[in-house]
Amino acid sequence: MTDIIRMTAAELAAKLTEGEISSVEATQAHLDRISAVDGAVNAYLHVNDAAVDAARAIDERRAAGEPLPELAGVPLAIKDVLVTTDMPSTSGSKILEGFMSPYDATVVARARAAGLVPLGKTNMDEFAMGSSTEHSAYGPTRNPWDLDRIPGGSGGGSAAAVAAFEAPFALGSDTGGSIRQPAHVTGTVGIKPTYGAVSRYGSIALASSLDQVGPVSRTVLDSALLQDVIAGHDVHDATSIQRDWPSMAAAAREGATGAGLKGLRIGIVKELPDSGFQHGVADSFHQSLAKLEAQGAEIVEISAPHFEYAVAAYYLILPAEASSNLAKFDSVRFGMRVEVPGGTVEDVMSATRDAGFGPEVKRRIILGTYALSAGYYDAYYGSAQKVRTLIQRDFAAAFAEVDVIATPTAPTTAFKLGEKIDDPLAMYLNDLTTIPANLAGIPGISVPSGLSEDDGLPVGVQFLAPAHEDARLYRVGAALEHLLVDEWGGPLLDRAPALNGGAR
Amino acid sequence: MSEITPELVRHLGVLARIQLEDEEVTRLTGELDAIVENIAKVSRVASDDVPATSHPIPMQNVFRPDEVGDMLTTDQALQNAPDSDGDRFRVTAILGEEQ
Amino acid sequence: MARAELMDFDEALEKFEPVIGLEVHIELNTKTKMFSAAANPANTENHDAEPNTLVAPVDMGLPGSMPAVNAEAIRKSITLGLALGCSIAPSSRFARKNYFYPDLGKNYQISQYDEPIAFEGSVEVDLGDGETVVVPIERAHMEEDAGKLTHMGGAAGRIQGASSSLVDYNRAGVPLVEIVTHPIFGAEHRAPELAKAYLATIRDIAIATGISEARMERGNVRCDANVSLRPRGTEKLGTRTETKNVNSMRSVERAVRYEIQRQAVILASGGTITQETRHWHEDTGETSPGRPKSDADDYRYFPEPDLLPVAPSEELIEELRAALPEAPAVRRRRLKAEWDFTDLELQDVVNGGLLNEVEATVAAGAAPQTARKWWTGEITRVANAQEREPAALVAPEQVASLQKLIDDGTLTDKLARQVLEGVIAGEGTPQEVVDARGLAVVSDDGALIAAIDDALAAQPDVLEKIRGGKVQAAGAIIGAVMKAMKGQADAARVRELILERA
Ligand SMILES: [Mg+2]
Ligand SMILES: [Zn+2]
Repeated sequence: MTDIIRMTAAELAAKLTEGEISSVEATQAHLDRISAVDGAVNAYLHVNDAAVDAARAIDERRAAGEPLPELAGVPLAIKDVLVTTDMPSTSGSKILEGFMSPYDATVVARARAAGLVPLGKTNMDEFAMGSSTEHSAYGPTRNPWDLDRIPGGSGGGSAAAVAAFEAPFALGSDTGGSIRQPAHVTGTVGIKPTYGAVSRYGSIALASSLDQVGPVSRTVLDSALLQDVIAGHDVHDATSIQRDWPSMAAAAREGATGAGLKGLRIGIVKELPDSGFQHGVADSFHQSLAKLEAQGAEIVEISAPHFEYAVAAYYLILPAEASSNLAKFDSVRFGMRVEVPGGTVEDVMSATRDAGFGPEVKRRIILGTYALSAGYYDAYYGSAQKVRTLIQRDFAAAFAEVDVIATPTAPTTAFKLGEKIDDPLAMYLNDLTTIPANLAGIPGISVPSGLSEDDGLPVGVQFLAPAHEDARLYRVGAALEHLLVDEWGGPLLDRAPALNGGAR
Repeated sequence: MSEITPELVRHLGVLARIQLEDEEVTRLTGELDAIVENIAKVSRVASDDVPATSHPIPMQNVFRPDEVGDMLTTDQALQNAPDSDGDRFRVTAILGEEQ
Repeated sequence: MARAELMDFDEALEKFEPVIGLEVHIELNTKTKMFSAAANPANTENHDAEPNTLVAPVDMGLPGSMPAVNAEAIRKSITLGLALGCSIAPSSRFARKNYFYPDLGKNYQISQYDEPIAFEGSVEVDLGDGETVVVPIERAHMEEDAGKLTHMGGAAGRIQGASSSLVDYNRAGVPLVEIVTHPIFGAEHRAPELAKAYLATIRDIAIATGISEARMERGNVRCDANVSLRPRGTEKLGTRTETKNVNSMRSVERAVRYEIQRQAVILASGGTITQETRHWHEDTGETSPGRPKSDADDYRYFPEPDLLPVAPSEELIEELRAALPEAPAVRRRRLKAEWDFTDLELQDVVNGGLLNEVEATVAAGAAPQTARKWWTGEITRVANAQEREPAALVAPEQVASLQKLIDDGTLTDKLARQVLEGVIAGEGTPQEVVDARGLAVVSDDGALIAAIDDALAAQPDVLEKIRGGKVQAAGAIIGAVMKAMKGQADAARVRELILERA
């Protein structure tokens, strides 16, 4: 039998159902792996003490003959942006150190109801602001492919945990690429569902009109299985979509057969020329396209003239909404409080927020406060909302011509820790290709496309589809994955270096 | 040259309730200036005839029935409180007036 | 400014024209809050809840929490908008008003800004002596209430001098509708009265439409009064002050009057009015300066991204419009005519909040004048003594049947008051009280004659006087007979019989 930690969630589910392994075994194997390698990776902020108990409860229910959901007993990692009743929820910030939520995020509640076993909470850039997980108040997460490099962000912890076999899959959140870009740099799969496909209730808000919770995994099918568990309308989130979603798992399984590639029209964006990408990234991208073309897909150049304004619009909308969403961290009801002898509550709030927030969070709050201020609103926030309309129109025009759009997921492979931390503008450009999907609300997937020729690090290809067409992404993503894994002779992560030492 | 000045940054710090040290004000002024220069280009294409999109997926009239649920116990409400009297949150003296 | 320094009101009115504007917040009586499923303390059944027991995650701004709009609050807001004669927006939306305050769990208030649910209406306000003023409404928008602060360590719970404050989030998220008037011109010396009458009318509308319990003493209805003056003969509006949270009818009238007199002194001496919020002090009858309007009031409004537009269908609006009750001013005019009341008589009933009771009593068969007298007289007297609401003491049907017992001679007025006392004490219907207490008038002349003869025999001197033509001396005999009959006699009949027997 293959090592339990190397099994996919789908494989684990099958073996659990067949009784070949127990949930306690599966869970313990992952806890052992965390103990062995997380000291080096720092993917987890908190490991669930009660994981084995939860696993045992599933095993007992199975032994009692209770019919269980498909994924019951499979372990799951949870990004720390999601609140949980049994583990602290910090969103990577000092200001929330030790915070215990009295309620579970809806996706967590649905995961528990599906019998998934929470392994722990994964590291992230503070309040999901960043593309490298270096902005976590609890130290950076390291990329399992090269421990001197970033795992992407903000969901670097979830991606690294999955890439380092510390969890079969994980929950993430994506505001401008926080699921897809970490997937790209860690050789994993990540999906930002259609805005509203998954409830945001209990996801500590960064930018409400951009945030979307989604799955992170090593295979397209595993993400599909997880999206099937967490998606659907939630009365607590008015923006969650009321509709019956088709099975994403069925779409992924169908895609893996290769059916559907013939005649598939794939758009490539004229305004994202190769010159904007690291050579090895562009190269891997074109090789993937060639593979799909060889199977009968058609590559069509489309134009998205307003993409060049996307990063600017994003860095207005996000800070503006974040400045308001993060106002609740004020020392009154929860979280850190800095005492100011003789000070008023205003002094205490200001001192607490000064001490509790990291530099990137302060930068964005101040920027967002500016963008919303009287006299600036129309020029900044108002204009950014209009750019959003223009980008939606670009997508609408493109999707009239093509079924999906393909881009490299990010401009470069994993950069070195510390390389861009002092250059916010350079850091912001990491999200160039992922941001448009958040602005428009459409779904996007990142699937490993290989290793970059120039540095041997993972590269991902991103597919985008019209809103509500998440299943299309799972179909195309699984088709490409199938072709590439066949060519590689095994999953890309088999080529990742072994993680020796670094016990937690 | 954009309009970001140290005085503006300090004022934004007051609005955002973040006590900024002088060194932070100086650094933020430079950083914001560079960022704002970069993002100000949104107004170039945002003409009057383009409607604003505040919500990416257009929906309306999503309501909740008027039925009681979701309530926390006092213990749950206070479980993370930095200070309380046992059933209310306690804060130090309030300087400003009610809004 | 001490009251003694104020300009005489009439003099102020000679020099200046007052312009007022009123903002009224009404707490809706839905079962749950505006944006959460927590029980609503603006409902009597939850009114006395312990602190922080009516709180859902979003009410205290917990991380990850989100608002979800109460469908019933939307219906009630539309109903109120329609009752104010407003247009209902085909699409309106929520916005965040950002400011830090400890009673605001999220440090922003979800309100409506550029797209309120109702706009441009008017309310007819009756000043009580037949004069009515049409007050123009600018808008009515939905928002959430804030929590409650209790200031500790200072004098009398004041914020000044307090060393700490306690926060209860039960009220946070209670659904509010804020009604904003356009500037009201031309009220002149009646501006203070108009402010009071307007508030009363809004409260009446809230009660008539059933959208709020509208109890002023509980803060269900709260008023901010804007006042400015402009010199006679000028066009430009003067600088205004906003006196916050004036929470009784009487106070609104006094606060507006005070501000007119205060501003007049300053303007007449060449000073300028500071645009600011002011506080009303019930004890001294003065206002004092609060915050000046500054750029700290930069609320950074933006559309609430967690909520979607509200776009009521034409059918819903028409359904709610069809269910609207008669407008209070129209109803009063109709009832005054139907009952043939004087202005004063109607005002008495209205001020006592007894219009519904009198109407129901008349519907149960009583004459309007007798119904009025019962409710504004004896019942109100007992209610005041017991510190209860008149309507809580006795049902209109019982008042009507009590009156019927007087009309058919079963009871005298005095006996009827005793019967009422029994009804209020829960002894049953008026007839049951009459039977149980044996209070009916003795209409048997035989029993009366026996008592009269006894009384005359006992007071021969009085008998002499009566016989001597001093008819008024009969009073002493009447008193004795009534006493002997335990009051259960018709005094007029007793008098007739005395004169016959003497
Ligand atoms: Mg106001
Ligand atoms: Zn208001």
